[in-house]
Amino acid sequence: MKISGLVLSVALAFGAMHAAPAQAQNQGPLRIEITEGVIEPLPFALPVFEAETGDAGGLAAQISQVVSADLSGTGLFREIPPEAFISQISSFAAPVQYADWKAINAQALITGAVSVQGNQLSVKFRLYDVFSGAELGDGLQFTGTTEGWRRMGHKVADAVYSRITGEGGYFDSRVVYVSETGSKDARQKRLAIMDYDGANVQYLTDSSAIVLAPRFSPDGGRVLYTSYETGFPRIYVLDVGSVQRRALESQEGTMSFAPRFAPDGQTIVFSLSQGGNTDIWAMNIGGGGAARLTSAPSIETAPSFSPDGSQIVFESDRSGSQQLYIMPAGGGEARRISFGPGRYGTPVWSPRGDLIAFTKQNGGRFHIGVMRTDGSEERLLTASFLDEGPTWAPNGRVIMFTRETQGEGGRSSLYSVDISGRNLRPVRTPDGGSDPSWSPLLQ
Amino acid sequence: MTLRTKLIFVVAGLALAACTNPDRFGADGTAGGLGGANGAVVPGSPNDPTSPAYFNQTIGDRVLFAVDQSTITDEGRTVLDGQATWLLTNTDFTAVIEGHADEQGTREYNVALGARRANAVREYLVSKGVAGNRLRTVSYGKERPIEICSNESCYAKNRRAVTVLAAGLTG
Repeated sequence: MKISGLVLSVALAFGAMHAAPAQAQNQGPLRIEITEGVIEPLPFALPVFEAETGDAGGLAAQISQVVSADLSGTGLFREIPPEAFISQISSFAAPVQYADWKAINAQALITGAVSVQGNQLSVKFRLYDVFSGAELGDGLQFTGTTEGWRRMGHKVADAVYSRITGEGGYFDSRVVYVSETGSKDARQKRLAIMDYDGANVQYLTDSSAIVLAPRFSPDGGRVLYTSYETGFPRIYVLDVGSVQRRALESQEGTMSFAPRFAPDGQTIVFSLSQGGNTDIWAMNIGGGGAARLTSAPSIETAPSFSPDGSQIVFESDRSGSQQLYIMPAGGGEARRISFGPGRYGTPVWSPRGDLIAFTKQNGGRFHIGVMRTDGSEERLLTASFLDEGPTWAPNGRVIMFTRETQGEGGRSSLYSVDISGRNLRPVRTPDGGSDPSWSPLLQ
Repeated sequence: MTLRTKLIFVVAGLALAACTNPDRFGADGTAGGLGGANGAVVPGSPNDPTSPAYFNQTIGDRVLFAVDQSTITDEGRTVLDGQATWLLTNTDFTAVIEGHADEQGTREYNVALGARRANAVREYLVSKGVAGNRLRTVSYGKERPIEICSNESCYAKNRRAVTVLAAGLTG
């Protein structure tokens, strides 16, 4: 399926019908503060969306499920089972009986309707703040093709999430990762791309060569990754739509890896190993303009830009062990930001700019953690035999990473966790998975 | 400083197809032919000093490293002295030196660490007179362990640099 062919349009179709917002009652407005870490998820009711055309019933049910799974999957929301409903939503246009939803303690009510004309799909929804007895925001309508039905569900869920949390959504997004099969000593790896929730897996390379650490471009259209297809690690760029790839220029006798885009989508930073020494370089994706940003005899790798493109966070063992440093985007003096016990690697700057996610190794365990960009307020979110390689959701509120189990049957898989350390969840993939990279929100 | 903007097209066969170690990522290849009866040397066997099997098994194709280190140990020096002597005698062969790390580290760091290890071996062989243009290095990081348990007995064998012979000179 080619998602890129999907056209989505948004119409403010239903706002006028509820032009006079009801006053909030005893309860405050429907709201979740994500940063506080939610212990008690917000209960919502989501009656199966109405089928407005005869053949829309199947898609209406499936889209409703996607919306519900997206919201529940955050750990911030809890779906009230339909068996508990007192009133049914027989029509999208009918007035809501708030008392019936209040009685089952639904704080949010989401209603929707789906219509199909040929291969054209239209989905509209409304969000109600039950305790305020008012609609929260205007109704919205999304149109597209039937094959993009999952995206329509993600769009609805993003809008609901966004209205209740005040944060950007992240459900209409994709993840590129390394799909893994085979035993630890004969592992086969290939690039794969999927929806953020593990649906619609497509393979982008075959498994004839080891591939490592794909990274999305800022617009989500291209992927940088490292492949051993020449026998030596080298950086490639792949166009997601056409699945065409090309090797980037490299210097003979060197190895290049750990690439990442700058926010401009043109500059990349990467590691280059030469004579046993690994430093960070930058170059233009089209070739040329290569510049060496570090020149220490130590290992400098895993560079990641700040969202404004002015700084780079990276790891170095110049102090004797792996630690995190920040330097200007053009190179120059670096300041160390990690000082706790253990080793720190794979730093990734949050898309919001406020935090840096990292892998920490201490006392034989691995952790995914976050810290502020000055190194303060370090918080470990996970602990296991081997966790590594965090990537940020587009809204900077959730992190996906690789977890590998130990021993002879050791297997890699993807997990996500929110930045408060709650809601640790496996992300289901058909085979093993590692090195996830989360796209921006799709357009 | 700028990168030379020159594209390289490395023939995969250099590193892969032409390798002479029967099982580069497996056990140490003890399946090689044994010496013939009464001490006669079977050509190509580990008893034939001109054979890659002799290099791989009798001399030893690999050296091991301490945790997070790339220093050649005394034991490693003995192996590499043998490798250097063999390479100086058998000048038709080139080699790719593969650096590896155990699984206790992040992926990128381990690629860089493997590069250090491979380069340490290369520099040692060059210091013993082997021409630098016969020796390339590659790092696999933690991607190709030969032992798969998650304890030190396996990790110790995975922290290695392996000299993989290939016929013919590199460019």
